[in-house]
Amino acid sequence: MTEKTVNDLSIMIGGDAGQGVESSGAGFCLALARTGLQLFALQDYRSQICGGHNFYEIRISDRPLYSHREPIHVLIALTPESVALHLDSIAPGGAVILPEKFEIDEAPLKERGISVDSLPLMKIAEEHGNRLMLNTAALAATAALTGFPLEYMEQVIRENFGKKSAELADTNVAVARAAHELAMERFGEDFPFRIEPPKKATKRMLMNGNEAIALGALAGGCRFVSAYPMTPGTSIIEFLSALPHEYGVVAKHAEDEIAAVCMALGASFTGARAMTPTSGGGFSLMVEAVGLAGMTEVPLVLVDAQRGGPSTGLPTRTEQSDLLFTIHASQGEFPRIVTAPTTIEECFEAGWRAFNLADKYQCPVIIMTDTFLASSLRTLEMDAIDFGRVVIDRGATVKSTDVDGESNGYLRFRFSDDGISPRALPGRGTATITAASDEHDETGHITEDSDNRVRMMNKRMQKLETARAEMKSPILYGPKDADLTLVCWGSTFGACREAVDEINAEGGSSANVLRIIDLWPMREEEVREALESCKRRVLVEQNYTAQLGKLIRMTTGIEMDDTLTKFDGRPFSPPEIKQRLGLEAGSGNEVGPKDLQRADQEYVVRRLR
Amino acid sequence: MDPRIYNAPTKNTWCAGCGDFAILRALKLALAEQVIAPHEVLVVSGIGCGSKLPDYMNVNGFMTIHGRPLPVATGAALANPELKVVVVNGDGDSYGIGGNHFLHTCRRNPNITHIVENNQVYGLTKGQYSPTSDKGYVTTTSPDGSMEMALNPLAVALAAGSTFVARGFAGDPKQMAQLIVAGMQHNGYALIDVLQPCVTFNRVNTYDWYRSRIYKLDEMDETYDPSSSEAAWEKAHEWEERIPTGILYNREGIPTYEDQVIQLRDNSPLKGTLSLWDDPRPEQYESLKEQFV
Repeated sequence: MTEKTVNDLSIMIGGDAGQGVESSGAGFCLALARTGLQLFALQDYRSQICGGHNFYEIRISDRPLYSHREPIHVLIALTPESVALHLDSIAPGGAVILPEKFEIDEAPLKERGISVDSLPLMKIAEEHGNRLMLNTAALAATAALTGFPLEYMEQVIRENFGKKSAELADTNVAVARAAHELAMERFGEDFPFRIEPPKKATKRMLMNGNEAIALGALAGGCRFVSAYPMTPGTSIIEFLSALPHEYGVVAKHAEDEIAAVCMALGASFTGARAMTPTSGGGFSLMVEAVGLAGMTEVPLVLVDAQRGGPSTGLPTRTEQSDLLFTIHASQGEFPRIVTAPTTIEECFEAGWRAFNLADKYQCPVIIMTDTFLASSLRTLEMDAIDFGRVVIDRGATVKSTDVDGESNGYLRFRFSDDGISPRALPGRGTATITAASDEHDETGHITEDSDNRVRMMNKRMQKLETARAEMKSPILYGPKDADLTLVCWGSTFGACREAVDEINAEGGSSANVLRIIDLWPMREEEVREALESCKRRVLVEQNYTAQLGKLIRMTTGIEMDDTLTKFDGRPFSPPEIKQRLGLEAGSGNEVGPKDLQRADQEYVVRRLR
Repeated sequence: MDPRIYNAPTKNTWCAGCGDFAILRALKLALAEQVIAPHEVLVVSGIGCGSKLPDYMNVNGFMTIHGRPLPVATGAALANPELKVVVVNGDGDSYGIGGNHFLHTCRRNPNITHIVENNQVYGLTKGQYSPTSDKGYVTTTSPDGSMEMALNPLAVALAAGSTFVARGFAGDPKQMAQLIVAGMQHNGYALIDVLQPCVTFNRVNTYDWYRSRIYKLDEMDETYDPSSSEAAWEKAHEWEERIPTGILYNREGIPTYEDQVIQLRDNSPLKGTLSLWDDPRPEQYESLKEQFV
């Protein structure tokens, strides 16, 4: 009997759009997570509703996961095409589960010690239910193969299908049981990659980045959200729209992104905390209004969930190619804040913190994520979403203009040393508030006077410097003095972090990761100091032109030693990073999960004053 | 109320004789008649000569970007339904660059009064043809005459579901003030398209050109029924020889967008605006985590 690997495997469900790949994957995730297992789940789909290959990849472990990872150990192939496409990703000793009557070339699989297990899954589905339940049968067979108890799956099936009808739930359970029984007879306990529920079922959440941003925004007092649907940003407004009415969040699906951003701007002008989530194409349409918010000093929170560009690009895939665009978007010069969370926990924080920054500095705040961070699921500890930590800071305000009214000179755009003019709201006092996209004086009325122009530009731009003091410092993950430093932003941190953990565990060389969350304004001095002391700086970015590298060079003068870019729309994985660094698996000491110690050291690189 | 309360100390930059002066005056008269204090109203504009109007008034004003005042105003109205929201912009702003928002605002029916300063020409960029310029109109960008049909904004508004459609004339600020009052009293979106001569760049559609064609609907036909969409549709298509002014269509009883937003019934997004939200209440969100377990 071969040696068994427990709770360190990846399962992929591959099939056509419309076959329920995503929903069955999500259901399986829920069943696994409820036992206390840790997961990372990635969905990969095309921009079409029916037809076309989709897959859902679930990585399972006892320890927290931050990325997907090749190889996969079980491929559930709902179409013959799935086998051909993922042939090379399957680990030796792994298995392919597929329904009867698929014509596939088994030779290359068998050569690599991969078992091909054709089961009469369609027959079972038809006998106990119908053809649509093929995925239920396949998942139940996978549970049998890996030793995962069926009861957890049954519970989720009952919840998910029971919403529609009890009968539908019963039939699905019957299909699952029959497939499970058959597969148990076939496989026994031979398969080397096992799933064992932990002894203690720690309660955790399964959440993606969009959901975390939406929860953060809600807790941060967001009461108005307007958007036009665009993958992968859409689920933010969907989540907020679906909230019970008592939460008082007004969600508006607008006629286009221009209307969406303008509605948020109008709502914010009158005092509501307002947000507009989108993706790069929608953000492109919003750009002029971003400048309007900058000029009229209206707080505005935007989310750019990036996807593969340019133009329609790779609509359902990941990329980090909007960084320099968002930092420079819209004509003229005005302060804006750009922040890019790197984890789901940081997405939650960004969700509420963005509103504080927008209110304090009365400017647009752009939260940047990407398809990978926005839509990949991860298990999170219950306290990772900590509403108790949420702080609401509306910035400098004038709460009633009745006493400080226009007659005695409330000035909406009053000159000040820090650039911030206390904000009053229209209709909340007897003073009237005027705002103009034209250059204006302290009252808000239009003027082209040159002295006023200079003072007003200085006032607005000073806010950027004032804000810089509260921007996040770069964070170093891993040992301080490492041979190699990976430099990243946004979602690539997950794969970088795991790659670094593995490199350090293998012992050949040492590595760490420097990540920058607040990208604009940047803590330039700290970034420079952190990078100056690095032995070898390697930029890891999901784009063609190495935009963070350019930004760092522009602001600090520091050049990277090497650059790993990737623009195929598929996220970096830890083995890929290692391989491209020349640290291929197999070249050093092979490490298993038990050897991996998480590098718990994390240093905020803060400049001492 | 004395309409002088809405006067601002700013210097007006419109050309002498510009039809916008009458619109400014009519808006002040309408607000005064309704006894609306300056801080209770928000006037949102876009870009163009006429969109400078909020700069010349003592009211809450938001001069936005070209074509976008309607969605800005919609956001403001949704966030604070107590504000009286008026949009003032030109024909290029409303029907050209902002055409998509115009269509969707008509069918959305927010409680906004929309005054369009329709001079059939682009003034601020010095005389190019606009969406409402008559076919054949010669300008710097249409030296051979414009080749497009003029847009019929009133018919478009009716087709798109607007619940109040009116036409005013800059030569008659008193009638215009009445129309603005009626539009503001109307529960829902109200379009008031104003024939507004541009004395500098439009030498065709002059005060005299309009005066020789316009007539007041209610004076001409006392039995005219503005609740009839058929009658309104017919009147909206009168143009070349005779041009009707007044309320073409007024349909009450249709819920506004705001009326239908359940979240706005008991509270508005502005509830507690600047003070209440300083105190987050984490316990009300804690239960939301359970849907992820």
